[in-house]
Amino acid sequence: MKHLSEYRDPGLAMGLLADIHRTITRPWVVMEICGGQTYAIMRYGLDQLLPPEIELVHGPGCPVCVTSLELVDKALALASKPGVIFTSYGDMLRVPGSGRDLFSIRASSADVRVVYSPLDAVQIARQNPDKQVVFFAIGFETTAPANAMSVLSAHSLGLENYSVLVSHVRVPPAMHAILSSPRNRVQGFLAAGHVCTVMGYWEYEPIARQYKVPVVVTGFEPLDLLQGIQKTIHLLEEGRATVENAYPRLVTREGNRAAQNVINKIFIECDQKWRGIGLIPGSGWRLRSEYAHFDAEKRFSIDQVKPEESPECIAGQILQGIIKPHDCPGFGIQCTPEHPLGATMVSSEGACAAYYRYSRKTLVPTDQVGSG
Amino acid sequence: MCLAVPGKIVEIYHIDGLAMGKVDFGGVVREACLEYVPNAKVGDYTLIHVGFALNLISEQEAMETLAMLNEIASLGGEDPSADHNSRSRFASEI
Repeated sequence: MKHLSEYRDPGLAMGLLADIHRTITRPWVVMEICGGQTYAIMRYGLDQLLPPEIELVHGPGCPVCVTSLELVDKALALASKPGVIFTSYGDMLRVPGSGRDLFSIRASSADVRVVYSPLDAVQIARQNPDKQVVFFAIGFETTAPANAMSVLSAHSLGLENYSVLVSHVRVPPAMHAILSSPRNRVQGFLAAGHVCTVMGYWEYEPIARQYKVPVVVTGFEPLDLLQGIQKTIHLLEEGRATVENAYPRLVTREGNRAAQNVINKIFIECDQKWRGIGLIPGSGWRLRSEYAHFDAEKRFSIDQVKPEESPECIAGQILQGIIKPHDCPGFGIQCTPEHPLGATMVSSEGACAAYYRYSRKTLVPTDQVGSG
Repeated sequence: MCLAVPGKIVEIYHIDGLAMGKVDFGGVVREACLEYVPNAKVGDYTLIHVGFALNLISEQEAMETLAMLNEIASLGGEDPSADHNSRSRFASEI
């Protein structure tokens, strides 16, 4: 497949690895923001091929993991209402709320449907005029153009039975939160290539300057990831805190203006609660007042939810790069993908699920790293 | 969630005022919304996420990146610590 297999070439990967091994002189802590990148790093075993000086820590870029428990509980309340068809991306179905998940309430007769695209949810609303269709509009900047277009489309079609439960999160405020924490260990970032495809990377330039950290826009294939890491290590070793683009076949500094225009038409910035982390100012998007009639929280009366997180789950610290999944006493014992205590064990992009699936149950002894 | 897959646009049309198209992912063809790639032409490669094209893939930039990666690979030769085990790991994924 063109634009895919080229970026999995073993010979070119060896070249990048050799360059990284030659360049590095001291330990560095690098965070990949996006859970999709965490998954790819584990899947291809890239962490085990890198020099032992590089510690990769895994960021909060897993929307399923950071959607607030309060919103998950509201989703459960909405989906349980008679006459409601609740639509969602498949990843959200097994995310634990305070006791239950969407999957289990579907089993007890709630009409919960998985959609591939938010336009499919709009289509379901057109086909079911006697029902109310609610779409769980979660995601980072990558997913916002699709979610926004569903609202715009429902608006232009005059649909009165479509609404959205919005839980949008944005990367730059989360980076501010991570870097300004007194427990921060991150010295360089791999920025999420698909977030940047939409938004560009100009927003990261002031962050790189303020906190003196290099930021490299990075894709998702093995060579993309190795190139992002290689550029980050070069910048760290040279003491340069700049933003570089290692994913130029898709990302420009300005991003996709057509997509940004629709995001800005439908959504406006707001404070957002992140599961396990807490409130991050300005880190979310909500519907603009002109489109507030599409807000499921306003359309339906939802009983007060009382979110109760599992006391054992320490996902918040994992999502900020403070600890690793295998540092959690519940990892792989009380908490598994089949019986997750927290959202990071549910999604394939959650750091805990990726560690579990690819057996990163213990730290690889440094004397074995790279020795095959 | 931010998973996005490259594919080739094989047809462009409009439904309810939205630019839509058929995208070929190495043999599997699916419909996608092309509203965010207004300059798209049949034959262009694009990146699809939750049924939406996020951008067109720049052939020029892709070629330059691969040329640079080839240059890096030709510079250093093989690193002794990156052995055939990792080669087979990658090869199995292709």
